[in-house]
Amino acid sequence: MTALTFTLKIEPRQRIDVSPLIPQQLDGKTVAEISAIELQSGNRKLRVDEVFTTSGSDSRNIRFLGAATAKLDFIGKGLTEGEIQVEGNVGSYAGMYMKGGRLLISGNTDAYAACEMKSGELTIDGDAGDYLGAALPGNRKGMQGGIVIVRGNAGHRVGDHMRRGSILIEGNAGDYLGTRMVAGTIGVLGTVGANPGYAMRRGTLLLLTALSQVPATFNDCGAHTLGFLPLLLKGYRGYRTRFAELAGTVKRVRRYAGDMAGLGKGEILVVL
Amino acid sequence: MIINGVTIDDTFAEAFPMRATRVIITAQNLKWAYHAAHAMTGFATSVIACGCEAGIERELAPEETPDGRPGVAAMIFAMGGKGLAKQLETRAGQCVLTSPTSALFAGMDEGDKIALGKNLRYFGDGFQSSKSIGGKRYWRVPVMDGEFLTEETTGMVKAIGGGNFLVLAESQPQALAACEAAIDAMKKLPNVIMPFPGGVVRSGSKVGSKYRTLSASTNDAFCPTLKGQTATELSPEIESVMEIVIDGLSEADISQAMRVGMQAVCELGSAQGVHRISAGNYGGKLGPFLFHLRQILA
Repeated sequence: MTALTFTLKIEPRQRIDVSPLIPQQLDGKTVAEISAIELQSGNRKLRVDEVFTTSGSDSRNIRFLGAATAKLDFIGKGLTEGEIQVEGNVGSYAGMYMKGGRLLISGNTDAYAACEMKSGELTIDGDAGDYLGAALPGNRKGMQGGIVIVRGNAGHRVGDHMRRGSILIEGNAGDYLGTRMVAGTIGVLGTVGANPGYAMRRGTLLLLTALSQVPATFNDCGAHTLGFLPLLLKGYRGYRTRFAELAGTVKRVRRYAGDMAGLGKGEILVVL
Repeated sequence: MIINGVTIDDTFAEAFPMRATRVIITAQNLKWAYHAAHAMTGFATSVIACGCEAGIERELAPEETPDGRPGVAAMIFAMGGKGLAKQLETRAGQCVLTSPTSALFAGMDEGDKIALGKNLRYFGDGFQSSKSIGGKRYWRVPVMDGEFLTEETTGMVKAIGGGNFLVLAESQPQALAACEAAIDAMKKLPNVIMPFPGGVVRSGSKVGSKYRTLSASTNDAFCPTLKGQTATELSPEIESVMEIVIDGLSEADISQAMRVGMQAVCELGSAQGVHRISAGNYGGKLGPFLFHLRQILA
């Protein structure tokens, strides 16, 4: 069986909510039934066959192709199984509420990728927008499990209200990394912007590049060799990420505890 | 059945059901992994008085351990799940948490889950933190030498305790030498421990006692100094009897360990003063698992 492929045949005037196009909703459906699914676009509804040329039949293996995939929002929303691949950029809310499966995006994502994600794997080969792995505005539970790998850079407020899981950023991260974080791990190979860990309660920010300025509300706990780090990094070996290569080398870190203006049980670990 | 001059009695070892778990202890080097493991498995020879039977199963190379450090696998056996959980927690808290550079991981994923670091974490007094890695939960407990890393739970499975055989020899040194050879061979096998000191017990017991408060007492039929006082099982030339007790995860594991051990004893043979191999047979009073010596060696 070949992958069920949706190729954009128009350049959408409005953004399109493609959340119905996930394996668990397409399983057992005929091409005609899939073609008749209605997608929200602005204040209109568009049939799938008005937007995409559909080919292939393996609904557990879905692909999105086309020049304007950046107009597609909610790709992989609530995904529980199977795999979705996107060749190109995507809109906002990619992988929102994901509970399993894999979502692979070759380009960039807009804001709120992996928002309130619970499990599974989201890989972004390009850059991620703001609020990666965060909670929706007004909500208090951000990402609650799974793994997000960004091979490029990430925007501001990554992991806002994050509760569990890992976000691994191979490029740079913006301001307010891990704000209001409750638990989980965020790793950054490149630089981070201002105020990392702002109002963080628990959790770990693992930074490979020294901070230009340690936040005033984080206290220096000294340099340490931490036994859990090789174990943590070894856990990433099944994924396509440079963090997995660090398992044999990264052990020694400088530990900053904070945010001391709040609960103060979070940590920023800077690899030495 | 006679092998190399050693008579194999037509009898069986009688064993009973237990519950077991395995843990992995790692440390900066093997020396400190052993310190922790020896302490944790200390005073754990017989459930009669210790609450559990425990022993070191084998040494682990760094590539076999979760954190890539040298370590050992240890197993604990008890009569029930509750008792096992209590013994594990007490021993892990007193002997592994306290041991410098140590970390403690689950040694088996199968079976029911029992607490490993789940409650030990409270030693961190609120400064402990957890990490979920690969679907497992770990605890980082701040301690004075750094952090004590431990896994939340380990598995607990059904197992068998009390597999055994007796080595009957002309002298004490010869009986001990035969048992040492057996233990060396048996320690190479997985899924079994020999919980007594050095794997050997000289105070083999029978079920019951003339004293009502005792559930077990000396196996007088195999005590050489009582040959003229009791219904002895010993011929005149036997001056020393020692027992090897085996706890294992399955009947096959115990049978295999008994086979390997008895073969090592028989290799020394009567030329080295070993005359007989027998077993702790309690006439069905001890447990449902019977290990017939001759069948195992056939």
